[in-house]
Amino acid sequence: MATELRRTDVVIVGLGATGGVAALPLAQAGLDVVGLEAGTWLAPADLSPDELRNNFRGWPQSVQKANREVPTHRPNASAPYSARPAIHPMMNAVGGTTLHYWAQSWRLNPWDFKVASETRRRYGASKLPKGTTVEDWPFGLDALEPYYDKVEVEIGVSGQAGNISGKIDARGNIFEGPRARAYPMPPLRGTGFTEMMAGAARSLGWHPFPGPAAITSGRYEGRSGCVYHGYCNRGGCHVSAKGSTAVTTIPKAQRTKRLTVVTEAHVTSIDVDGQGRVSGVTYRKGNDEFFQPASVVLLASYTYENVRLLLLSASKAFPNGLSNNHGQVGRHYFSHNQIATVNALFARNLNTWYGLPAQGMAVDDWADDNFDHGALDFIGGGNLWVYSDRRPIAAANMSTFGRAPRWGAQWKAFIKENADRANTAYLQRTTLPYEDNYLDLDPDVKDPLGFPVCRITADYKENERRLADFIQDKMVQWYRAAGAIATEKTPVGTMGPTTHAYGGTRMGDNAETNVVDRWGFSHEVPNLGVLGASVMGTSGARNPTLTAQALAWRTAEHLAMNWKSIAG
Amino acid sequence: MSQDDASRPDGLSRRALLGRVGAAGAFVALTEVLPSGTGDADAQTRRAPAREPLETLTQAEADTLDAITARLIPTDSTGPGATEARAAHYIDRALGGALAGFRDAYRAGLAGVDAYAQAAKGAPFARLSASDQDAVLTDLERNTATGFAGSAGFFNLVLAHTVQGTFSDPFYGGNRNFAGWDLIGYPGVRLAVTADLQNLDAKTAPTHMSAYDYSMFSSRKPAHGH
Repeated sequence: MATELRRTDVVIVGLGATGGVAALPLAQAGLDVVGLEAGTWLAPADLSPDELRNNFRGWPQSVQKANREVPTHRPNASAPYSARPAIHPMMNAVGGTTLHYWAQSWRLNPWDFKVASETRRRYGASKLPKGTTVEDWPFGLDALEPYYDKVEVEIGVSGQAGNISGKIDARGNIFEGPRARAYPMPPLRGTGFTEMMAGAARSLGWHPFPGPAAITSGRYEGRSGCVYHGYCNRGGCHVSAKGSTAVTTIPKAQRTKRLTVVTEAHVTSIDVDGQGRVSGVTYRKGNDEFFQPASVVLLASYTYENVRLLLLSASKAFPNGLSNNHGQVGRHYFSHNQIATVNALFARNLNTWYGLPAQGMAVDDWADDNFDHGALDFIGGGNLWVYSDRRPIAAANMSTFGRAPRWGAQWKAFIKENADRANTAYLQRTTLPYEDNYLDLDPDVKDPLGFPVCRITADYKENERRLADFIQDKMVQWYRAAGAIATEKTPVGTMGPTTHAYGGTRMGDNAETNVVDRWGFSHEVPNLGVLGASVMGTSGARNPTLTAQALAWRTAEHLAMNWKSIAG
Repeated sequence: MSQDDASRPDGLSRRALLGRVGAAGAFVALTEVLPSGTGDADAQTRRAPAREPLETLTQAEADTLDAITARLIPTDSTGPGATEARAAHYIDRALGGALAGFRDAYRAGLAGVDAYAQAAKGAPFARLSASDQDAVLTDLERNTATGFAGSAGFFNLVLAHTVQGTFSDPFYGGNRNFAGWDLIGYPGVRLAVTADLQNLDAKTAPTHMSAYDYSMFSSRKPAHGH
């Protein structure tokens, strides 16, 4: 029997990228907030520069909840399951995956909010891929801009603006939508390699610029500037230069005395009362079970867990899962078309041993609808990204470009010569939702508590495959312009568990096709909000976190300003 | 003498060495067997480090594993390989910790390698010539080793772990004397990196420091093998 705890105003399930942000405006508004986090606090000394531990063994998380509930995947409903990874792409800790993420902190471009209507307007309705369920967002970039701004300031984003209130600055992204002001900090520094790539892009007539990062480029709010040590990627930051919510919004919210952080809390259900409103959440901590009553519940775990918890929280009022009487929970799922990439080999050392994935050079000329698709057989585009980040095990595992076997003397001679002469681009592309790509509960695979894990049924469609090919060709062109002597395109991959998982609780005005409304609250359960990329209906060609965080702030602010009507 | 043996700096045949120490197998054992100053074996003795006390594997398993890793990343004119990096020691230790889930795979796989080596080449793997060892490994990699179903899976596992053992932080028992990092020119763990070290032509001296040599992290070491 669960121990019933003292009632709170708001309970947040998950203190990661989005829950950790939402806690701040709520606490600042004077609401009492309980944040339930499956992981623990990690200290800077836990975040060691250790490639084996961080990149191969699923650290730095100390609580391995996520790794015990890795989603299963099959490309379609009649296909066999893919191999299930041993490690979940996301981690549990206060701060969640913001502790070890790349921290690329992009705003979406204006087109991303209006993919459906803009495609119809510019190319005609037949240009929209068959089977896509894409809708326009219920608002445009302008409505989200103030929240992007708030989050950029709170977590500390470095970057070069390209468009301040319509004034274009060619040092930044000339394709970005208008911003009210510059980034709080200048961009991370360039390197010999990234400047070489920038020069090559300019020689092609393209518009390279340093990308935005939630990483300090100098001292900021008492935090050190980035030290560029090379272990940022899945490794965490020992000087707190990375703007994880664990070192920014969460401690700031705690200082209001309104936020209570409960660690190692494994939430098992969101509970409802007789009126079909949520009454609180049930969680386990160790061997004990607790019920945390709350006036409002904000679900802020990752996309897979948001969907799973809703589906597991079935009740008389919601027999198919909480907020699922329209059958939309798990629908409109998509992961980012980011696997197919390009490897390049150069005839000289690149010296990318140090740095971080967010220290790089972007090209947006081929992103979104920044170029004419009239003669092309797809919509959307990709952001081209090269960066300075290389560690020894990964370097030893490099492609041999068909020039050496995988082991033995010839292989050894190859990596001795070429370990620092190769580079791999990061290519994020528009990905659309489709009617037959979805999340549900796996009928067979269960977590250690006996609950089904999330199952992904999804595959890339023709639009994603054609786009991947097009963008890879652009990247090959860029590398060749910079002097690459060999390039290779890698396959598009599968839509298995990923760090960029969208949809499943999509946001929109139409309750028939969306789980949450334009403010992030359930169409069916007025005091249940959902945070995270699971509410996003389009991906853009860039990392989702900043957008998910801006949406979280917006949802939290809406809640605080409309407390009586939402909390009831 | 195989072509590979001829390429050894000391020109010494592995089989000749093994013949001298008997059937024990792995030539790392030489340091314990041969006194210093025993002629041409001496160079080999200095280069091959002693095997550490085994933590998980049996002696026979370790002999086979050592010999496999020595062919995957060989010691040759480009420098020390998996033997000097002690990749097999890394694996032996990790099989009692983070890689414990692979213990059974190693037990069955190493026995399978020896059985196939015996059947195809007439001796356990560690006692074959380098060229015969390479032929056996190639069969494993291609899944053509008769009587060893799924050999490619085991081959890939050992290859991945040998790379980890050669190129991971030396804290985990491999990459001894930074042999792996020096091989590929990785300049090492630094807690802060200045802009000049990110220039294209920077010549950066290796630190030869483990992450856990830095006081900030030495108090938070992960468990050995974990």
